[in-house]
Amino acid sequence: MTGMLPLTVTGAVVRRRGRVLVGPVDLTLDGAGVTMVIGPNGSGKTTLLRLLHGLARLSEGRVAWNCPAREARRRQAFVFQSPVMMRRSVRDNIAYGLIVGGTPRRAARAGAEHWAARVGLTEALNRPATALSGGERQKLAIARALIREPEVLFLDEPCAALDGRATRDIEAILCAAAGGGTRLIMSTHDMGQARRLADEVVFMLGGRVGECTPAGTFFDRPGSAEARAFLRGDIVE
Amino acid sequence: MQAFRLVVTLDPDLLEITLRSLQVTLSALVIAAVIALPLAALLSVRRFRFRRATIAVLNALMGLPPVVVGLVVYILLSRGGPLGVLGLLFTPAAMIIAQVVIIVPLMASVAHQSLRELWSDYRDLLISMNATRRQRMQALLWDGRRALLTACLAGFGRAIGEVGAIMIVGGNIDHATRVLTTAVVLETGRGDFALALALGFVLVGMAVAVNLAIHGLSRTETEGRW
Repeated sequence: MTGMLPLTVTGAVVRRRGRVLVGPVDLTLDGAGVTMVIGPNGSGKTTLLRLLHGLARLSEGRVAWNCPAREARRRQAFVFQSPVMMRRSVRDNIAYGLIVGGTPRRAARAGAEHWAARVGLTEALNRPATALSGGERQKLAIARALIREPEVLFLDEPCAALDGRATRDIEAILCAAAGGGTRLIMSTHDMGQARRLADEVVFMLGGRVGECTPAGTFFDRPGSAEARAFLRGDIVE
Repeated sequence: MQAFRLVVTLDPDLLEITLRSLQVTLSALVIAAVIALPLAALLSVRRFRFRRATIAVLNALMGLPPVVVGLVVYILLSRGGPLGVLGLLFTPAAMIIAQVVIIVPLMASVAHQSLRELWSDYRDLLISMNATRRQRMQALLWDGRRALLTACLAGFGRAIGEVGAIMIVGGNIDHATRVLTTAVVLETGRGDFALALALGFVLVGMAVAVNLAIHGLSRTETEGRW
């Protein structure tokens, strides 16, 4: 099986009701590690991730993986900013990631228990997922995504509205996943988190990709005035 | 007093009528559920050209007058009608058909209301996970089971208390197609208020019992908000 990267985006535009949300975007993502999408609110981080994942309908341009589109969909997963809790137990929520792919129920439940242990949800296995706290919900969503062993995992601000401890737990899970060879593409508001995790930074501004550079370069010598201002903590629009 | 005695002593005629009522209504309910619930899920999950029109028609059909349904089913099943060869007119089967026609739009509409909300929650997740249409519908039907129970209760309530349509297609024949509601109409007309009241008590009691039973069932099954 060939790798699904590089991901090539050419001239992609997402419009809704005549307003351009994102684009035109030209971007190539390759290699391993963590790509961090940063930028101010409304700069199109979420829409960019949804576009790459194939959830947002393209008005123009194309998104091409290094494998057929159908296969690519199977080999990637997405964790939403406010995770969707299915109205079932935690175990069945995590197992659903496998069941959708055709794994028999029993094996999927066993897999779910394994993953619940890895993200620290073992005690909650039998509880209804809707009764979980914010941090636990995010862990569940990550387990449900990782159980499918995706090659590329998208995360949309997975630590927004979480406290320090929950953030640390989730970063540990994500580092382990990245160490295991999963390509992470995530957005964040937290510059500390961006510095801790990023190998590569995509800086979004006004629906366009301002910069796409290795993390070291971006944080030390940002290429544009806007990026410099953003890193300084100034308000950029 | 006479009415109470009839109920308490389990008058055989009363028992027979009650059981037939239950049999007809429950059969209709099961058949209607098999049609209406997947239809509701499909309407929630799939965007097709006549979706809006279908939903509007379903909502309109909720108010379908039972006597009109009875009349149409009567014409279809009567000897000269297209389905006359089946010889179903004035049998419990004809009554079940009429009830199914009456409650399918109601159940589909009520179920669709709640499944549509659930779908707006699940949409992104299920699309992202590449779930097939079948899997999407299954997820909605399973996770929305509590709301679907309400749809079934609404269908049951409408079917058990229905009189116009089953009177026409069933004919209220003693020991064949007489059910609680048609019997009440008959006995009231004949002036036998004791029997009519007894039948009425049973009818109300049954509706309450079924509702309580389902309520208990759904509460023991889950404790959360779903």
